[in-house]
Amino acid sequence: MSDNGHPLFEVENLKVAIDGNEILRGVDLTINEGEIHAIMGRNGSGKSTMANVVMGHPAYEVLEGSVKYKGKDVLELDTDERARLGMFLAFQYPMSIPGVTVAKFLHSALKARAEGGDVPVREFRVNLNKAMDLLGVDSSFASRYVNDGFSGGEKKRLEILQMFVLEPTLCILDETDSGLDIDALKTVAEGVNALRSEQRAMLLITHYQRVLNYVEPDVVHVMMDGKIVRTGGIDLAEALEEKGYEWIEQELFHDTDDATSAEAAQA
Amino acid sequence: MAPETEVNRDEFGISGEYQYGFSDTEKPIFKAEKGINHEIVEQISEIKNEPDWMRVFRHDALDIFFSKPRPKWGDVDLLNSIDFDNIYYYLKPVEEQGKTWDDVPEDIKNTFDRLGIPEAERKFLAGVSAQYDSEVVYHSMQEQLEKQGVIFLSMDDGLREYEDLVKEYWATAIPPADNKFAALNSAVWSGGSFVYIPKGVEVDIPLQAYFRINAENMGQFERTLIIADEGSRVHYIEGCTAPTYAADSLHSAVVELFALPGSHLRYTTIQNWSKNVFNLVTKRAVAHENATVEWVDGNLGSKLTMKFPCVYLVGEKAHAEILSIAFAGDGQHQDAGAKIYHAAPDTTSRITSKSISKDGGRASYRGMVKVYPDAVGSKVHVECDALLMGENSRSDTYPTMEIAEEQVQVEHEARVSKVGDEQLFYLMSRGLTEEEALVMVVNGFVEPFVKELPMEYAVEFNRLIQLEMEGSVG
Repeated sequence: MSDNGHPLFEVENLKVAIDGNEILRGVDLTINEGEIHAIMGRNGSGKSTMANVVMGHPAYEVLEGSVKYKGKDVLELDTDERARLGMFLAFQYPMSIPGVTVAKFLHSALKARAEGGDVPVREFRVNLNKAMDLLGVDSSFASRYVNDGFSGGEKKRLEILQMFVLEPTLCILDETDSGLDIDALKTVAEGVNALRSEQRAMLLITHYQRVLNYVEPDVVHVMMDGKIVRTGGIDLAEALEEKGYEWIEQELFHDTDDATSAEAAQA
Repeated sequence: MAPETEVNRDEFGISGEYQYGFSDTEKPIFKAEKGINHEIVEQISEIKNEPDWMRVFRHDALDIFFSKPRPKWGDVDLLNSIDFDNIYYYLKPVEEQGKTWDDVPEDIKNTFDRLGIPEAERKFLAGVSAQYDSEVVYHSMQEQLEKQGVIFLSMDDGLREYEDLVKEYWATAIPPADNKFAALNSAVWSGGSFVYIPKGVEVDIPLQAYFRINAENMGQFERTLIIADEGSRVHYIEGCTAPTYAADSLHSAVVELFALPGSHLRYTTIQNWSKNVFNLVTKRAVAHENATVEWVDGNLGSKLTMKFPCVYLVGEKAHAEILSIAFAGDGQHQDAGAKIYHAAPDTTSRITSKSISKDGGRASYRGMVKVYPDAVGSKVHVECDALLMGENSRSDTYPTMEIAEEQVQVEHEARVSKVGDEQLFYLMSRGLTEEEALVMVVNGFVEPFVKELPMEYAVEFNRLIQLEMEGSVG
C-alpha cells in the first residue's frame, strides 16, 4: 500500500436500497491517489451496486452515508457531472447504441468535458488511433456502432479504450475481467497497468482472483452481504483463491456468534 | 431541349403569372375563392393555357373526387375533420394572402433562427415571399443538365414543352380513381417537377427540387413525373429540412416515377410541414426489368401525414428499396409506410421503416407487400423499427402480405423500443448531459436514414432532430 497519497475517493457508511431492499449495509472504503484496490465477492454481495451507486444510477436509493471524490460529496450530483469531474465506470454489461459510431461517441464524450466544448477532430483522431494501437484494437473499431453486435471481449476492450481516451482520475472497473479469454484478459490488464499513475486511483471489482495475476492491487477487500468484511493485501486474494469464500463466512459466523453470546452474557 | 429563359417565363410561364400577374391590379386576376367546383378547375386550366386533354382530365378527376368517399381507414377522425369547402385550391399571390412576416408563428421563426437560415430564404419558406434568390443556382444547374440532355422543369413548363412525353406517362401509375386525394390532385394540380433522363445518362449531382421550386412557389397540389430512360441513373431530392409554413392546411401531391429497363432512380423526400397541415400524398413507381427504384422518405412535420410510397416491380430482376423515417411529436400522427407489388420473377424488395413517437405523438407503419403468381424467386424483406419516448406516445404496425407464389422468400421484422434508463445512464456516465444522451440515441436510431442523404441534408436533418428533442428532459 502506498502511504504518501491523499484520499481521492472516500465512501463512508454507505447504505443503499433498490426497490425497498437494502443491498449495501454500511460500506466504508478509502482509496488514495495512486492506489489500486480490488473488491472481491460473490455474486449478489453488493459489488456492482456499489459501482452503480457511486456513478449515480437512478434506480438506487441512498439511505445513508456519503461518497466523496476529491473531498467533495458527489451523491447530490448527476451522473454526467460526476463523469466530468473525472469519475469513470467500466460497465459489467455495456449498453449498445445502434447507429452511433465509437468515434462519434468518444468525440462527443470528450467534447462534453472539454473547456469551451470543442475538441478538434484531427487531434481527437490522433489520440484515438494512439489508444487503439496501445490496446491492440483493430482500427475498424472506430467506425463500428457502440457495442452493437460486439462480442463480450470486444465490449470490455471498448470500455478500456474509453478509459484511455477519457483519462479519468478515478476508474472503477466492474467485473471487466469476467467472461474474457486469456488474451482479452491480458489486453484489459495491460490497459489498466498502462493507466496506473500517481494521480489516478482504480477500483477493480471482481469475482475471481485471476485478473490479480496481471494487475497487482495495493489493497484487497472482500465484500459480503453488503459490507466490506475483510481488508488486506494481495495475500487476501490468494487465500480466497485457495480456500474460497467459505472460510471468511465461517470466521464471520464465528465473530457474530461471539458477539451474540457476549450480548447474551451482558443481559 | 429548349432552354428555359426569362422571356419564356414572363410571357407564358406560370411562375411569371404567380409572381407578377396577380399582384398587378391592372391585369386580369384569378379570383381566388374557397371551395372546389368545375368552374375553378376550368379557370385553372385556362390560366395555364393547357391542351384540351388535360382540361378534360381535370374535370373528370373532379367528378371522381366528388363521387369517392373519404377513406374509411387510417385516422378517420382526423380525415373527417378536413373541411374541403374551406380550402383554397389554387395558389394565391402573396398580397392576396395578406400574409406578412408578423403572421408567421413564433416557433417557426425560432427554428429558422436555430437552423441559421438566411433571411431571404426564411421569408420564402414561410410563404411570405414568393421568391427566394436561388434562381442563380437553378440556372447554373440547368446549364450542366442541358448538356446531358436532361430535362428538369416545373410540371407546368414540362407539359407545355414536352406534351407528348408527358401525355404518354401521365397518370398511368396513379390514375385519378386511385384514391380521393389523388383525384383531387388530378383536378387542381399545379407545380411540381417534370424530369426526363435520356438513355444511358448518369446524372451525378442530385436534382434538387428545392432550388427549382424556390424559383417559383411552394405547391399545395404538386404533381411530379420522373422518367428514367434505359440504363440511366438519377437522384431527385424533394423538400428541405426547414419547417415549411403553409397557411393552407391541405397538401396533397402526386408523384409518379418510371424506371425503364436497367435504370436506377432514387427519390428522396424530407418534409417538415408546419403542424397544421394535412399531408396526404400518393407516390408510386414502376420499375422495369433490372431497374432499381429507391424511395427515401423522411417526414417530420404536419398534423397528419398519410404517405405510402409504392413500387410496382413489373420487369424481371427489378429491385425496390423503401426507406422511411417518421417523427411524430405532440398532436401529430405520421401514418406512413410502403407498398410493393412483385409482378415479375426474381424481383427483390426491401422496406425499412423507422418511426419515433414522442410526447403523445403517434406513428403508424402501414405496409402492403403483394407477390403475384409466377413471380418466382422473389425476395421481400420488411423491417419496422419504432422508438417510443415520453408518456402516451403510440406506435402501430399494420403489415399486409399477400403472397400468391410459393417460391419466394419473405422476411418481416418488427421492433418497438424505448430509450432505456440504462442506455442513458451509460452515456451520461461518459459525461453527456441527459439531453445530449437522448439526442445521441435518437440520432443513432435515424442513422440508417441519414447516411443515405447528401451531406448537407444529413447535417441539417440531425440538427433538426436535435431541435425536436429539446426540452424533452424534465
